[in-house]
Amino acid sequence: MHDDSLIIAGKAYHSRLLVGTGKYKDLDETRDAIEASGAEIVTVAIRRTNIGQNPDEPNLLDVISPDKYTILPNTAGCYTAKDAVRTCQLARELLDGHDLVKLEVLGDEKTLYPNMVDTITAAELLIKDGFKVMVYTSDDPIIAKQLEEMGCVAVMPLAGLIGSGLGICNPHNIRLIKENAKVPILVDAGVGTASDAAIAMEIGCDAVLMNTAIAGAKKPVLMASAMKKAIEGGREAFLAGRMPKKAYASASSPIDGTFF
Amino acid sequence: MEIFVNGKNKYVQDSYSIQDLLVSMDIEGQRLAVEVNEQIITKSRHNDYFFNESDHVEIVHAIGGG
Repeated sequence: MHDDSLIIAGKAYHSRLLVGTGKYKDLDETRDAIEASGAEIVTVAIRRTNIGQNPDEPNLLDVISPDKYTILPNTAGCYTAKDAVRTCQLARELLDGHDLVKLEVLGDEKTLYPNMVDTITAAELLIKDGFKVMVYTSDDPIIAKQLEEMGCVAVMPLAGLIGSGLGICNPHNIRLIKENAKVPILVDAGVGTASDAAIAMEIGCDAVLMNTAIAGAKKPVLMASAMKKAIEGGREAFLAGRMPKKAYASASSPIDGTFF
Repeated sequence: MEIFVNGKNKYVQDSYSIQDLLVSMDIEGQRLAVEVNEQIITKSRHNDYFFNESDHVEIVHAIGGG
């Protein structure tokens, strides 16, 4: 299949799977899983350098090189618009002016559900400051449309709570969001296994972003490979257009010509 | 004078630059970003930004995250 690129902020990507870099055993496993996933866009978090940490220890960006991958810094852990904007500005300095960011402003520690009021405030400030914002959102179709109209380059509704692996909890809302959208719609959060990723793509989502579904598998590198295939399979099924469901059977073999 | 680096206090001499601090922490040349009192000090200014008493310094880098 050719010319089925994912376009985000004017850049074309072959892979429709975006992956996080958290929760892996070590940097070797991180690198191997990301390679197996085929992802081209990779999220990272921004945190204090640990004082007293072994300075010889490799840096994440030495393993996941910005020359090879599009690095997508996130604002995970931010509960206010101010903290999220500050995090993005530090990320831009860290990445030499790279201005594509994943905005998430959380509302509650138990659910990590997004605080949409602060998310919208932060998105406005970031867009004004020149950032290209991929925004994590609730699966509310009206909010999703507003985020697009504000100028977010991609809208990323949750399919389930972050790290929950609950799958696509409300496929109807995801479908509504996708139907109305002119920017890429990515399922971000909730995917637990390969079939979940395929369902997201079959609904028509442009891509899926996941972390724990891979890092939390017993064999993360194998799951990364499974996710790659599920995303590709789901995408092709969406493009192919599924058969209509029927209440009763319809024989696949001809009835004519039977000799019994 | 006393400054605060990533939440911990540290005593430094006068005319102490961001670059001096990064060298002392053995992290100079790494991919990181520096903020003093919530203002980003760009890489090009690390040599000529000298700390003032009670400056709050944040030095951040990229780590694994989703």
